[in-house]
Amino acid sequence: MPETTLASHAIHRLEILGEDGDVDKALMPELSDERIVRMYEMMVLARSFDERAVTLQREGRLGTYPPILGQEAAQVGSASALLPCDWVVPSFREMGVHITLGYPIHRLFQYWGGDERGQRGPESLNILPICVAVGTQIPHGVGIAMAARYRRDPAVVCTYFGDGATSKGDFHEGLNMAGVFKLPAVFICQNNQWAISVPLKQQTAAATIAQKGVAYGIDGIQVDGNDIFAVYRATSDALAKARSGGGPTLIECLTYRIADHTTADDAGRYRTPDEVATWRRKDPLLRLERFMAGRGLWDDDVGRRVREEAVAEIDRAVLAMESAPQPEAEEMFTNTGATLSRRQIRQMEVI
Amino acid sequence: MAVMNMVQAINSALALEMALDDRVLLLGEDVGRDGGVFRVSEGLLERFGAERVIDTPLSESAIVGAAIGMAAYGLRPVAEIQFMGFTYAAMDQLFTHAARLRSRSRGRFTSPLVVRTPYGGGIKAPELHEESSEAIFCHMPGIKVVVPSGPYCAKGLLTAAIRDPDPVLFLEPTRLYRLIKEEVPESDYLVPMGKARVARQGGSVTVVSWGSMLDTVLKAVEGRDAEVIDLLTLSPFDVETVLASVARTGRVVIVHEAVLSCGLGAEIAATIAEEGILHLRAPIIRVAAPDVTMPMPRLEGRYLPDAARIGRAVDQLLEY
Repeated sequence: MPETTLASHAIHRLEILGEDGDVDKALMPELSDERIVRMYEMMVLARSFDERAVTLQREGRLGTYPPILGQEAAQVGSASALLPCDWVVPSFREMGVHITLGYPIHRLFQYWGGDERGQRGPESLNILPICVAVGTQIPHGVGIAMAARYRRDPAVVCTYFGDGATSKGDFHEGLNMAGVFKLPAVFICQNNQWAISVPLKQQTAAATIAQKGVAYGIDGIQVDGNDIFAVYRATSDALAKARSGGGPTLIECLTYRIADHTTADDAGRYRTPDEVATWRRKDPLLRLERFMAGRGLWDDDVGRRVREEAVAEIDRAVLAMESAPQPEAEEMFTNTGATLSRRQIRQMEVI
Repeated sequence: MAVMNMVQAINSALALEMALDDRVLLLGEDVGRDGGVFRVSEGLLERFGAERVIDTPLSESAIVGAAIGMAAYGLRPVAEIQFMGFTYAAMDQLFTHAARLRSRSRGRFTSPLVVRTPYGGGIKAPELHEESSEAIFCHMPGIKVVVPSGPYCAKGLLTAAIRDPDPVLFLEPTRLYRLIKEEVPESDYLVPMGKARVARQGGSVTVVSWGSMLDTVLKAVEGRDAEVIDLLTLSPFDVETVLASVARTGRVVIVHEAVLSCGLGAEIAATIAEEGILHLRAPIIRVAAPDVTMPMPRLEGRYLPDAARIGRAVDQLLEY
């Protein structure tokens, strides 16, 4: 009996916007100047939020915080492709997604300041709470997609996670189930190459995260995660495919965590300054500015104005966060269940 | 009224709730085409279709995780984990998410789901197919734990669990699935959660038990002046009914199939000590499994509390 090849798989990588600001015109998604400016503003706002969050933590005004620096394109680009009916299932390092979707910024500060009230998003946004238990949110995206399809709703579910999550069982169980049921789901891996001190090579022996989709019968693609147009295009295509019944997609945004894992971490203990410097040169924001300058959409004045507006918005959010009254102890109880036991009521009365 | 065993009663509850409420759907391993390995969901795939009776891959964590997603979307999923020993693979989802989604989102999202799972020994099954680890789940705020002891309460409690706005772990005593037959209404009805049942009245000793142990307890106390309380809901348990009985009898035996240490019996005993110690005429006795790994069938007869052990404990107390 001969040995035969049953299948062979190719993994594609998508890049549109180069480091010099040039784009591949054939691949460039259709985006009006207005939308490009809007995406730029969101990236600046996300970065301003991030810078402020780190500062506030250093000043003792915020708790432990996981920076998104360097990952703004992967977050703003993917979130910009979503429709209002879509659902988002985040991990804990996608504040750029929240900001793009219009999640109240003071609530993001509130959550990272140690107050669960920040996790309650507005009713208009279909976004689950930030999830710090790595990868455990992935099956929730699967269930939401099953529910949306059962209800004949047009929603697609975007589930976010990092490279570390792909080593967890819930990644396997979730993507496998999504593949079996051909669900309207998009799985977006923010591959920032470091899970605290564990580099990608020690996280997986696979050459890409995207190829992991092959085993689940799911299309997988790697995109340059610091290229907002590549991220936007891959996400738009995956959403359109999912919405028309074509099933799930795994998108690997290859990016880099420029900052520490959290404000409690010191990345200098496990990686070299040279490596970080290399990735600083691939800054997704600089790249978009270069493109916009070439199109006449950006100059120093535009940059300064956008930055000032972002900082002013962050100022307002910090003020709103810090002027919110202390949460009441009763809230611990009333949110544990719809009804309280006799014992819980007694505990609430004496606490 | 019809005479039903527990399998039929649970099936009836599922079918009625699915017919009444299109938010209710089932998911799990073998729940559809096979009707569940104990045939609890038999006929439901044919009646409600594959969109509502979902045969999943072998993925306990994703079964519960997907149920959480469905519940957050507004559905009322009933997930089946094939045996209680396999809920351990889904504990992360139950504890990290189902139990605290309401709290973490400050009420924006809830997880009104039910996880049904057969539990308990005495069925000569392989390893991990006879676990009784209810106390672990009772320790986690945000999850209710319910255990019927017969067909009537199984149907009413499951109906209440499905209609509950928060997650419920519903334990089905495997050994009793077809052992007990009772009159059960064919229409829907509720047995309220959080309320214990006096299964037998008596005045000299209170025996608190639940689920798989209840029929053994009832046999053990025959001929003795014992009151038997069937807790039905383990978390939160009905403190009032237990204390009211203890106030009359002054003597307490707590019987559970699970291992002794840190079992639910410890919580019940501590509650009686805190709130009812002045009624006690004798020490509280717990009859439970020893603190060892649940053995395979050759030794399970030595491991599970039996009527003789329970009877001895009752007699010991009656000497005070």
